[in-house]
Amino acid sequence: MTPVPISWFLILGAVLFTIGTLGVMIRRNVIVIFLSIELMLNAVNLVFVSFARQLHSMDGQVIVFFVMTVAAAEAAVGLAIIISVFRNRETVNVDEFNLLHW
Amino acid sequence: MSPVVFGILAVLLMVSAFGVVLQSSPVRSALSLVVTLFLIAVMFLLLDAPLVAVLQVAVYAGAIVVLFLFVIMLLNLQDEPRAMARASILFSAVLLGSLFLLALLRLFIAPNRVRFGVGMMSAVSPDFGSVGSLGAQLFTRHLLAFEVTSILLLVAIIGAVVLAKRRLA
Repeated sequence: MTPVPISWFLILGAVLFTIGTLGVMIRRNVIVIFLSIELMLNAVNLVFVSFARQLHSMDGQVIVFFVMTVAAAEAAVGLAIIISVFRNRETVNVDEFNLLHW
Repeated sequence: MSPVVFGILAVLLMVSAFGVVLQSSPVRSALSLVVTLFLIAVMFLLLDAPLVAVLQVAVYAGAIVVLFLFVIMLLNLQDEPRAMARASILFSAVLLGSLFLLALLRLFIAPNRVRFGVGMMSAVSPDFGSVGSLGAQLFTRHLLAFEVTSILLLVAIIGAVVLAKRRLA
């Protein structure tokens, strides 16, 4: 049926997740960090759907549905926080956010 | 699907994912993310998950990234002169990232320890991944989680409005 083994999809998911992690670590713009987090969520979704296909179980796809919901909520609240921080600091550079520094 | 198609898609995916991370303009990063999301939707189609693929395009590419673009344009962000971290942080980030990737690959490739990593995928029944089967799961086994999701979305809406509202003097 599908002449590609599941491990290829898993490896692709791992590579995409790592690229997202790199983006979170090396970028200074908080919005790009957010986009990288969305990339990581999508890599995980890809792994979930691969396992659902391999194990013939719909549970993986149901989980992806919930992950998408949480990602939408996270994006809405996170962007609202960014807007409110930008009103106060006039910047989106994470190096300048020190309100919660200990 | 032949391995060639998978290879082409995988290379395009990695290029667009690096585009998200490395572009200096936030708008270009967001547009690269749209390309990435569409390619992942194609992967979902190849994995017999048509409904998830449609949701991916409609919810992720259609709603979430548009929200990002709205905020980027609302804040009027320009290209940053120093988009990346300092060289020392860059070095340690790449080092940590490669270690992390190696650990994941070790988990996914090791042939004897992980049984799911070997062998081809067997054929599935024709209604696998259809709207009907996913909906039946959602409204029977996962009904409670589904209802809790509606509360989560309500809280997120109220929270977003409260946070982004301009303070009245």
